[in-house]
Amino acid sequence: MRKYFGRKIFVYALTFFAAVTINWMIPRLMPGDPIKSRLARASLNDAGAAEALYGYFNKMFGLDLPLWQQYLNFWVSLFQGDLGISIWNFPTPVIDLILGAVPYSLGLLLPSIILSWLVGNWFGAYAARSKWLDNTILPIGYILTATPYMWLALLLAWSLGIVAGLFPAAGSYGLSLQPAFTWTFISSLLEHWFLPFLSLFLVALGGWAIGMRNMIIYELESEYSNYLQALGAPRRLIRKYAFRNAMLPQLTGLAVQLGTVVAGALLTEIVFSYQGLGYLILQAIQNQDFFLLQGTFLFIVIGVLIANFIIDIVYALVDPRVRVQMQGGAK
Amino acid sequence: MTAAQPLPDPTTAPEEPAVATPKAPRLEALYFALRNPKLVVGLSIVLLFLLVGLVVPPFLEHTPGERYAPPLLPPSAEHWFGTTQFGQDLFTQFVYGIRSTFLVGFLGGGIAAVIGMTIGFVAGYKGGWIDEVLNMLTNVVLVLPTLAVLFIIAAYVDSYGVVTQSFFIGMTSWPWAARAVRSQALSLSSRDFVDLARLSGVRPWKIIVRDIAPNMSSYLFMTFILLFGGAVLAAAGLDFVGLGPNDGMSLGLIMHQAVKWGALQLGVWWWFVPPGLGITAIVGSMYVMNVGLDEVFNPKLREM
Amino acid sequence: MTLEVSDLRVYYRTLRGDVRALDGPTFTVADGEIMGLAGESGSGKSTLSKSLIRLDGRMRYIGGSVTLDGDEMPIWDDRAMDEFRYKRVSIIPQYAMSAMNPTRKIGKMIAELLESRGVRFRDVRDELHRRLELVELERDVLDRYPLELSGGMKQRTVMVISTLLNPSLLIADEVTSALDVSTQRAVAETLVEFRDREFVKSMIVVTHDISLVYQIADTIMVMYGGRLAEKASAKTIIEMPKHPYTKMLLDSLPEVGVKYEDKRLSGIPGSPPGLLNPPQGCRFRDRCPLADKQCLEQPPFVEVESDHHVACWKAE
Ligand SMILES: Nc1ncnc2c1ncn2[C@@H]1O[C@H](COP(=O)(O)OP(=O)(O)O)[C@@H](O)[C@H]1O
Ligand code: SF4
Ligand SMILES: [Mg+2]
Repeated sequence: MRKYFGRKIFVYALTFFAAVTINWMIPRLMPGDPIKSRLARASLNDAGAAEALYGYFNKMFGLDLPLWQQYLNFWVSLFQGDLGISIWNFPTPVIDLILGAVPYSLGLLLPSIILSWLVGNWFGAYAARSKWLDNTILPIGYILTATPYMWLALLLAWSLGIVAGLFPAAGSYGLSLQPAFTWTFISSLLEHWFLPFLSLFLVALGGWAIGMRNMIIYELESEYSNYLQALGAPRRLIRKYAFRNAMLPQLTGLAVQLGTVVAGALLTEIVFSYQGLGYLILQAIQNQDFFLLQGTFLFIVIGVLIANFIIDIVYALVDPRVRVQMQGGAK
Repeated sequence: MTAAQPLPDPTTAPEEPAVATPKAPRLEALYFALRNPKLVVGLSIVLLFLLVGLVVPPFLEHTPGERYAPPLLPPSAEHWFGTTQFGQDLFTQFVYGIRSTFLVGFLGGGIAAVIGMTIGFVAGYKGGWIDEVLNMLTNVVLVLPTLAVLFIIAAYVDSYGVVTQSFFIGMTSWPWAARAVRSQALSLSSRDFVDLARLSGVRPWKIIVRDIAPNMSSYLFMTFILLFGGAVLAAAGLDFVGLGPNDGMSLGLIMHQAVKWGALQLGVWWWFVPPGLGITAIVGSMYVMNVGLDEVFNPKLREM
Repeated sequence: MTLEVSDLRVYYRTLRGDVRALDGPTFTVADGEIMGLAGESGSGKSTLSKSLIRLDGRMRYIGGSVTLDGDEMPIWDDRAMDEFRYKRVSIIPQYAMSAMNPTRKIGKMIAELLESRGVRFRDVRDELHRRLELVELERDVLDRYPLELSGGMKQRTVMVISTLLNPSLLIADEVTSALDVSTQRAVAETLVEFRDREFVKSMIVVTHDISLVYQIADTIMVMYGGRLAEKASAKTIIEMPKHPYTKMLLDSLPEVGVKYEDKRLSGIPGSPPGLLNPPQGCRFRDRCPLADKQCLEQPPFVEVESDHHVACWKAE
């Protein structure tokens, strides 16, 4: 148990460390004075803001200090939860902007990931059942995985949103509303949520269906399936075993795919002007708000790491092989 | 950043019967290749697009950025794909976009393939602490969300071209390939013929190049195709948020501009539908082609 | 007679034509008989074993019949064969190490298998426990996952599972080739014990190790090129073989316990014929020191002495 999780946590810690280091290093690798050039391009309408920011940047970057000190300071302020101040939304702290956006991103990601995984696996298992199903589900699955997230989002926003007018095509809730625990607000929230969710769900669906289909074929060819067939076990039992065993690698696949789905969500949010992390990133890029960009990046990394860890725990719970190994009973 | 679709395991593929002469399997593969609709259809579409991207641009009168036509014309005989708000011809943009799509795919996918395969082979073949370290590295890069990393890098680089973009993409998207190749190399390197080579003192990389890689060539090729598709999609994502190359035209950039100038609200569907369709068609055909290849190389799947 | 096989032909369909891997063997296995099946790699042993229980995807039934305890087995009909499988004919697979579902507790897997075959687990549980004891396994292996068992334990568990419903015929295809010598011996002894206790009536034991077959088999059947070469009591085959191929096979055995396949190159010159377009007449012709014109015609598999069948013109 210790060994299994110890190893995982070590990798995640290392990843976090790498992400922070990337964040710290990239601006310093760029030629010229990064602060000046960023500030020069930042669209600041407030003259006082520029000055305040310049001082702030200097403190944060501390470019006159030795490198190791700069690096250390970077970590220290990170642990104080200090991710800097947004330029785009001056003078809101970056962390506040991010915390405000996280619920929206999670609200899109969690349902679309979980549902697409479940439904995709189910379709995939069906595909392996007959040639006819295989020949329809498989190409559809491949087309879906090959679809750029933002393009499907655009298609849905345009067709179901703008042309058909069934759902709003932009925003997270009605413009005239204030977040509140009222029916009007919640229904508006759900209406705005639906299209971005659908778009994410559909693209991810294809990959899971294909993965499951391939895994289940592999399981049906395996030796334990062969043995059961030789002993006259009905197809039903063999399929049941194959499906269960194929689910396990699909769970690992979920961890591997997480980054992709998160990226897809970022792009989807941009299309729908949905106020999650992706929308923040777009604002950051367009306004040259580098604190915001870096902060969001770190948050995404942390989110992905946590999700990975949850998947590890679930995996350990459902795969008896891992469980047995953790109890040290393996031969 | 594409799905790490589990490829079938070539090392567990059934042994061809002893009756087969050395040349015959290749002929047999070709025979199946020509009769595999997935492979034939997928490859035809990919080649068609490749041809368009390579051959058409010199015949076009205008450059993709040139503003010479009336704005927002719908598709017509004059402007097959219509025009943008600035009177740019969308067909011209599309054709140039196809070109850079293939470029990014080949370069980005290629770089990722080289890195992934090198790391995978070395880790799988060498084992021991080298394997441990490479594995760790792979896992770290694997859990880093690729596109977010690319956002950060691209945002700080002031100007760059398609080649640099491909380089960034290649550098971040290799891990799953390394993993897949590693496990294959691992099982192959314990086979008799590899042991034999090792005993007779052949150098490791020679064994890898001469004995291990050829046995996995179809697998490696399919891995490359998946990396190609991943690179194309990653580039499209970057271009779409406005972090693409500053020179040149790409399909993602067309969509970026469409959204930026309100094509959605204006209902100018011809601005954003074709570029996405192009990407989907190219990448989707490659994936379908991959399934076909798989069936050709892995006889077990032929009966399915 | 437990098993009667008559002119059985099963081919592999390939693009380049049929591989005639099983080309008309006719033989019987008596009640209580343990028959060893020997022959070089590629001679069709596995094809014969599989044909008797389940054809794999590429095998095609061409003709001939198989009768078990007087009932014809519809080996060409995968569904209809299910009735026979496990209950009347069973197999210990070559891959016993990975024959059990890795994510199911062994006991649960057995229960599900039995119930799916219409057998109440409750009714056989006691017998299952007794048999596990017989092969020196604790009852609690049933509460474990395959992963938790050693190779030898898995092998024994699979042996118990395969024979649990007392089949008339048990096929064991190269069950010992992956094991070390002492385990091989134990497995072989267990097979004999299963027969003696009438868990199974008759057995076909395929193995490369002719010395091992000799220890446990009542009769030995030698295959060559998809056909039968010779069948007789184990003693007769070892001491007085009549077929030139059998003789060479035995001569190539330097000492007891060495697998003859390893010695093939130095042992018998040449290699077995490809079965895609097998040569006319006796298939052993190009390697046979006694071959002459007569051998251009296929020798019949005939009884030259009582219970001693040979397919060779020069056998008398
Ligand atoms: N899937 C297959 N396709 C074509 N030929 C096969 C296949 N499997 C086996 N064979 C051929 O059938 C013959 C008998 O094989 P097999 O029964 O496996 O022999 P053995 O078990 O005695 O080694 C060999 O010539 C082999 O090449
Ligand atoms: S029939 Fe002829 S070729 Fe065949 S084994 Fe007998 S002597 Fe040899
Ligand atoms: Mg065999």
